[in-house]
Amino acid sequence: MVAPPTASGLTPEFADVTRDESSLRRFLHGLPGVDQVGVEQRAAGLGTRSIKKASKLWAIDTAISMVDLTTLEGADTVGKVRSLCAKARRPDPDRPEVPKAAAVCVYPDLVETAVRALAGSGVGVASVATAFPSGRSSMRVKIADTELAVAAGASEVDMVIDRGAFLSGRYGQVFDEIATIKHACGDAHLKVILETGELATYDNVRRASWLGLLAGGDFIKTSTGKVSPAATLPVTHVMLQAVRDWHDSTGELRGVKPAGGIRTTKDAIRYLVAVHEVAGPEWLSPELFRFGASSLLNDLLMQRRTQLDGHYSGPDYVTVD
Amino acid sequence: MTTWEYAPAPENRDIANLKPNYRMFVDGEFTEGTGEPLKTVNPATEEVLAEVSTASTSDVDRAVKAARRAHDRVWGKMPGAERAKYVYRIARMIAERARELAVLESLDNGKPIKESRDVDVPLASAHFFHHAGWADKLSYAGYGPDPRPVGVAGQVIPWNFPLLMAAWKIAPALACGNTVVLKPAETTPLTALVLAEIVQQADLPPGVVNILPGAGDVGAAVVEHPGVDKVAFTGSTDVGKIIQRAIAGTGKKLTLELGGKAANVVFDDAPLDQAVEGIVNGIFFNQGHVCCAGSRLLVQESVADELLEKLRARVSTLRVGDPLDKNTDVGAINSAEQLRKITDLVASGEAEGAERWTSACPLPDKGFFFAPTVFSGVSQAMRIAREEIFGPVLSVLTFRTPEEAVAKANNTPYGLSAGIWTDKGSRILWMAQKLRAGVVWANTFNRFDPTAPFGGYQESGFGREGGRVGLEAYLDV
Repeated sequence: MVAPPTASGLTPEFADVTRDESSLRRFLHGLPGVDQVGVEQRAAGLGTRSIKKASKLWAIDTAISMVDLTTLEGADTVGKVRSLCAKARRPDPDRPEVPKAAAVCVYPDLVETAVRALAGSGVGVASVATAFPSGRSSMRVKIADTELAVAAGASEVDMVIDRGAFLSGRYGQVFDEIATIKHACGDAHLKVILETGELATYDNVRRASWLGLLAGGDFIKTSTGKVSPAATLPVTHVMLQAVRDWHDSTGELRGVKPAGGIRTTKDAIRYLVAVHEVAGPEWLSPELFRFGASSLLNDLLMQRRTQLDGHYSGPDYVTVD
Repeated sequence: MTTWEYAPAPENRDIANLKPNYRMFVDGEFTEGTGEPLKTVNPATEEVLAEVSTASTSDVDRAVKAARRAHDRVWGKMPGAERAKYVYRIARMIAERARELAVLESLDNGKPIKESRDVDVPLASAHFFHHAGWADKLSYAGYGPDPRPVGVAGQVIPWNFPLLMAAWKIAPALACGNTVVLKPAETTPLTALVLAEIVQQADLPPGVVNILPGAGDVGAAVVEHPGVDKVAFTGSTDVGKIIQRAIAGTGKKLTLELGGKAANVVFDDAPLDQAVEGIVNGIFFNQGHVCCAGSRLLVQESVADELLEKLRARVSTLRVGDPLDKNTDVGAINSAEQLRKITDLVASGEAEGAERWTSACPLPDKGFFFAPTVFSGVSQAMRIAREEIFGPVLSVLTFRTPEEAVAKANNTPYGLSAGIWTDKGSRILWMAQKLRAGVVWANTFNRFDPTAPFGGYQESGFGREGGRVGLEAYLDV
């Protein structure tokens, strides 16, 4: 049964859930638990799928089109961002048929550079915001951070949740922050970074996922890439299950983005298999699934050449940016 | 929306080193049996894989005599530390030939390669490793200061885990100083005969292990032979009863591991997504050809609809087909006869008014296949709730209180295994004490380990295999 959405975008059932701190807590703690052994076993089991030939090539192209090409360094410069943008537009200059990356992901002050470099390309510009990566600042700063990114033309905002608030059980505060940032985003898509490496348990990952979805996040994202462990397969399973459950109860499609630590084509394909079999085939699109990565793209390009040419080439045949 | 079809990813069947003919293994030699040869068939294609010579009554006699000689002259007297070396060698050689054994197992049995590769063969090797470790430590196993072997063990094994069951039977027998006459199942003799090759290459003294392919009559001859001191059987309850009658009063030691109709009990506070995985693993693992399969799902009424919805969605993603394809989740039913039995029981379920749901997955044109099926609205009185189906068919019943769950779970003449799904540790312990089942899994299902004893209650048999207590069956205590 899908209840009609209310003005706030939530079905009446979920509008009740988010009414106050205690109903939110009751709801999140009432979600079925996640069994650690079971979810890790399932992730390992699906990880043995063998993807070959045409299905592999399709997976590689799909993965390329899902990459949020990321640079989030203190040392980032205009030049670095420009070269990354060029890479996102044309990942393999020798082969124009290679799909474009989904987006370039940068710090807010470099959004303008990226927007200019990507104008007319169809590649999105994502900006991290809300005192990324720790999220330890005042709400005023977080809103200003978001507004800076959006004003500079970011089409997507990757916010971090306040893990301190989450872990001390102040779910209402986390919810309000996400909702406020969502409002500040305007038309830009909001990705909610849970930083699962700091949440520690799968039960927490599931609760944080629902919190992100209830508060209006378009995507839920595993990590900043600054904390270890970053994305893992079992964590992504739990999040994929959450968007699937969200769809089953509201009819809405929301996305998932694992970020950090995904470096090889083999890894990427394992994630796509999980998307395919846990969430469902309709999530196999850059609209609903992204990889937050930097080195992954080059491995995908090398594997793509291997598939088509029948032999390995080497890292000198792809561009290093 | 695009669809992503996985390209076929078949394992190379040449790896199986399939030979046109296989012979029985007696007294350290591969010899032509004098029984009627049998043809073993690939259940996924119905093609004949190989011709296998079978044993006659006189071959059985020869094998038992060879085993007796080997026991009295060499193996029974050998120090445990020396026996251990041979058993370790077998364990290592199984691991070295793992890929060959896995492909051969999938060809002969029909089980998906991912299971033979990731479960059957590694576990078979693990059983030899585990028991090799016991060989020189039997004095510390709790059966007296110097427990002696029983003598000659006659062993008859089923077709659902051909190599693994051979390992379960042979490893403890050898470690304890017994010699073995083993009959593999009629439809799946090949991996046991490769195991015989390994035994030969491991240089075991002749007669310590004898493998005699054949049908039920060969099994009967092994079991009834007066030279056999201990009988171990895994298979159907009906045959188990025949064996028990046949050897009553002979003084032979007996262990039976028979059928089951296990309850998998899901409470409303269970981790539902993982419970769904456990249910799937419980009943669709090895096409449901598992004596301890979780074939009766007991789910608390308050979460029944939600769970069933998730379960059907999950079962729809199971890939049924070519067992050698690395992406196959559910392989072929082992024989036409078994397929008929499953089809009959499913028809009875429909006739008795249970609601049938079957996965819409495509099935191959050739071979013996059955799509994963879930019956809901099942009551205890229906045949599908009481009889062992031994196929990919799940019966779903509901309960309201923990007491009702226990009563329904125990309401079966069987008692091999059970599963409990709840986040509440105290309830797991309470249930495990109440359930009449030899194996109780908590928040998991169908997990096997050589250190964990396995065996049943009531019509599921008696005696334990694996772990310290499993040694008792092969020691004169």
